[in-house]
Amino acid sequence: MSHVSSKGLYYSVFFALCVLTVVTVAIARVDLGVMNTPIALAVAVSKAMLVILFFMGVKYNTPLTKVVAASGFVWLIILFGITMGDYLTRGWLGVPGR
Amino acid sequence: MSAPNVHADAHQEHHPKLQHHFHNMAQQLEASILGMWVFLVTEVMFFGGLFMAYLLYRNMYPDAWLAGSNELNEVLGGINTLVLIVSSLTMALAVRAAQVGHRMWQIANLILTIIFGSIFLIVKYFEYAAKFEHHLVPGSSFDPAREPAQQLFFSLYFMMTGIHALHMVVGIVLLFIILRMAWKNQFSADYFAPVEVTGLYWHFVDIVWIFLFPLLYLIGKHH
Repeated sequence: MSHVSSKGLYYSVFFALCVLTVVTVAIARVDLGVMNTPIALAVAVSKAMLVILFFMGVKYNTPLTKVVAASGFVWLIILFGITMGDYLTRGWLGVPGR
Repeated sequence: MSAPNVHADAHQEHHPKLQHHFHNMAQQLEASILGMWVFLVTEVMFFGGLFMAYLLYRNMYPDAWLAGSNELNEVLGGINTLVLIVSSLTMALAVRAAQVGHRMWQIANLILTIIFGSIFLIVKYFEYAAKFEHHLVPGSSFDPAREPAQQLFFSLYFMMTGIHALHMVVGIVLLFIILRMAWKNQFSADYFAPVEVTGLYWHFVDIVWIFLFPLLYLIGKHH
């Protein structure tokens, strides 16, 4: 009736999540300047994708569920994008009171 | 599908757990999963507001963020990250056991998930206790020798991890309800939607922590 993933897949995903956790701790100790946080986020997004696709089984869900699941993250990007677009550019014009 | 067929379907399938407004068990499960995802999207936005505040204030007070982050216990945070990943694995295995109708394996994995979730909260308790001891809790007891902006970091630390922990508590309560249902043998290979959607919630809470760990605990480690 619905997709049943193999236990092996779950163990592999688990192993990958553990490895990525070690990676994120290790990379945090290296000074990469402004790139530290983007790399940490890239690792976190990879881990989240593994959980969403396999543990949550979105890979095997209907297209409608996939779109709904993705929409949350699209709105999140809009929230971050527009808010930071405002705050980071306030100083540009030099208008008193901004 | 034409209307008479829909009618025939509804009466041919007599699964006791099938609600009358669904055609069949597969559609009912799909609707449950979709409904849970709609809720999880609101949760993404709920936590998103806090991540937005984090991003903004970190941008304004980068030094306070690094100093604050270095006060957090990276080892305990790391252990908790692994504990949650293990709990996500046992949760996924519990859902799988429900799907294949293996009751004892499901009960065992649900209990393991509850245990690992509880370990997370116990570790969190010791972390919080240390913050109170070290005068890192925002307010009148906050260490006056520290830059005031660090209170913003610790406010967000407590708010984000506190609400996350609250979600863990809710998750554990849900798991006990599911465990009781599994114990009473209410799930089968045809009907396991409650286990499935509880699993979605549990994994979501894990994902929030996957982002909280590097953003709160690790940002100052290279200094």
